[in-house]
Amino acid sequence: MTTSTDPAPPTEAVRADAHLAVHLLRLGDDALVLGQRLCQWITRAPTIEEDMALSNIALDLIGHARTLFTLSGHVDGTGRSEDEFAFTRSDREFTNTLLSELPGGDFAVTVSRQLAYTHYAVLYYEALAGCADVRLAAFGERAAREVAFHRMHADNWTLRLGLGTPESSRRMQRGLERIWPYTAELFDEDEVVDHLVEAGTVPSPAPLHSVWERRVSEVVTRAGLTVPTPRWQARGGRVGLHTEEFGPLIAEMQSVYRQFPGGRW
Amino acid sequence: MNGTIPPVARSAPPRSKPPAPRPVVPLRPARAVAEVRALVEALPDPELPMIGLGDLGVVRSVAPAADGVLEVEITPTYLGCPALPAIVSAIRDVLAASGHPGGRVRQVLSPPWTADRITAAGREKLAAHGIAPPVPAPAKANGPVPVALAAVPCPHCGSRATRRHSPFGPARCQSVLRCTACHELFPHLSAL
Repeated sequence: MTTSTDPAPPTEAVRADAHLAVHLLRLGDDALVLGQRLCQWITRAPTIEEDMALSNIALDLIGHARTLFTLSGHVDGTGRSEDEFAFTRSDREFTNTLLSELPGGDFAVTVSRQLAYTHYAVLYYEALAGCADVRLAAFGERAAREVAFHRMHADNWTLRLGLGTPESSRRMQRGLERIWPYTAELFDEDEVVDHLVEAGTVPSPAPLHSVWERRVSEVVTRAGLTVPTPRWQARGGRVGLHTEEFGPLIAEMQSVYRQFPGGRW
Repeated sequence: MNGTIPPVARSAPPRSKPPAPRPVVPLRPARAVAEVRALVEALPDPELPMIGLGDLGVVRSVAPAADGVLEVEITPTYLGCPALPAIVSAIRDVLAASGHPGGRVRQVLSPPWTADRITAAGREKLAAHGIAPPVPAPAKANGPVPVALAAVPCPHCGSRATRRHSPFGPARCQSVLRCTACHELFPHLSAL
């Protein structure tokens, strides 16, 4: 992640906004951690095309995280780099949703998570594209296009597994059941989001939940599967409370940095 | 360090007045902006070396900023393009070699890169190297992404009877198609 571009010239006024910095960090953490999880499929995917698909999706997600982290460092006034956000924070300082950090499970669990995340991310990034802040709008516009491509991949696999063999359909249904309790956290709002939405800085994620449900249900139903109705919803990632499997994931991601702090090549 | 004692430094003879500061002379005379732009645009893309950054539509502008420093604005094809660090570093080398050692490279995301930014010359170069140039970009991200596969001719035999093999290919910006006439697989620059 080294050799990034130069920051904006000093003529461009940068106003510190702590709430916006937190919000951007959360979105970036979702993208980075999900990207890292998907990287674990490399050499293990069902086909070589799928190996390339999941690693390319991961590459896009990590690209989104890089942009969001750099922006967050500008907005909070510290000028921290993307590397500092990715490699120098401990697990309690990461604010990703639990959805993005869940272990990959079998392929159907990964497809289920991709289905849930991509439909959410397209909606939220499209809403970001309407922001008054040109930096957020530019990111939202480009990122929405990229995630829409990932959504097509997730939709296709949901249909293929759902309408495939009895075994693939059973596994896909089980994947949805595993993932669904973790989807509500994506649309959660707290005082940080409330403050930004009130100020008109960023769009509100909560109203997108019903649109998301409609779109995802359409795909799941078309695949001959049932939309799960979990009686519980997992939360905690946004305030740094993570699952047991999160520590090893971050330790692996940060292993090179921990051996060579500040190394450049 | 072979045992000799360094000579004792003698104090300089007193001067009547302090020396005038020497003007900073750049190692090379600065090239004109148009020349620098041509050099930057001619840099090969690390993943598509047959096409220059100019033809790929990555170079947005080369112009002096408000503070007089020469600034190169680039728009990455994809936000996560792994070639970006190599591109930035190559542009910095060009700036330094052109007498603009303090030049800046800035990433501009808006308006986003689309395949429409590839020039006609760039499309020809891609096709000549077996990479099918992109079909026009979708109007918006909402809804299914239209992939007009029938419109992508095979770069080997020219047949339009091609079909999708894999939506993801050897590089992030490429998918893989298959020609049903000559049975060759070929990469296609995705119009995203």
